[in-house]
Amino acid sequence: MIDKSLIGTEMPSHSTTVEANRLRFFAKATGQTDPVYVDESAAQAAGYRGLPMPPTMAFCFDMDVPNPFEILDVLDVELGRLLHGEQHFDYLGDVCAGDTLTYRTRISDIYDKRNGALEFIVTDTDVDNQDGDCVVKMHRVYVIRN
Amino acid sequence: MPPITLDSLSIGDTLPPLTVKPISRTTLALYAGASGDHNPIHLDIDFAKRFGLDDVIAHGMLIMAYAGRMLTDWVPQSALQRFGVRFSAMTAVHDEITCTGTVTAKHEDGTVHVDLQAADQRGDIKLAGEAVLRLAA
Repeated sequence: MIDKSLIGTEMPSHSTTVEANRLRFFAKATGQTDPVYVDESAAQAAGYRGLPMPPTMAFCFDMDVPNPFEILDVLDVELGRLLHGEQHFDYLGDVCAGDTLTYRTRISDIYDKRNGALEFIVTDTDVDNQDGDCVVKMHRVYVIRN
Repeated sequence: MPPITLDSLSIGDTLPPLTVKPISRTTLALYAGASGDHNPIHLDIDFAKRFGLDDVIAHGMLIMAYAGRMLTDWVPQSALQRFGVRFSAMTAVHDEITCTGTVTAKHEDGTVHVDLQAADQRGDIKLAGEAVLRLAA
């Protein structure tokens, strides 16, 4: 069973730059053909400062660290048992290519169901931009198959 | 198509659905690279089998990205205030995902609630959730 005393643990913060080519690669990978997501001039014509970061991609830039599953080491959980249970985003400001995002994640809860057959890890993440404004909040639930 | 406004919407309206081509192993490889999620459960059948699965499974966040595409095909992304889902089933290679959504509430402050889901070719629901949009009158 995961050590519940780790509830409240703050993961190391990290920062990453939202690069235009990464956004274009994401558009290709998700079948996105709307020019707003690949063409700077189309994005600006639509009123964005630059290519907008798509709605789910705040999650992706959180993986830009040497070990994106460091939290599993902290909790002593095997990666192969991990499933994504829930994902929620609150959008507080726009994010476009060229912005720098800083991630701060806290383990909000750990609980189990079915006598420990399933365990749940809940995290909350604040994503700030280069001006220090919180632009996205993420709430995620991981499910561990034991 | 005229822009979607608060006044143009009624509760029960449906969003134009989005069907994507069946998920291939290439889809998963490209999504792994673009998303930065290199979890081998999505890429390496040997790893998947070691943890009791028959094959690799798709990233849940790929399916959520498709649902996001449905939303931003419908309204500008700048309208999006909240977007959340619960993943209810694994998505297999070759599954063909269709995303659908329905307007469930609208408020005088300009916010609109949409229930959404993504299901495969058998109708098995992969994720269900809600988005909140803010639209001009």
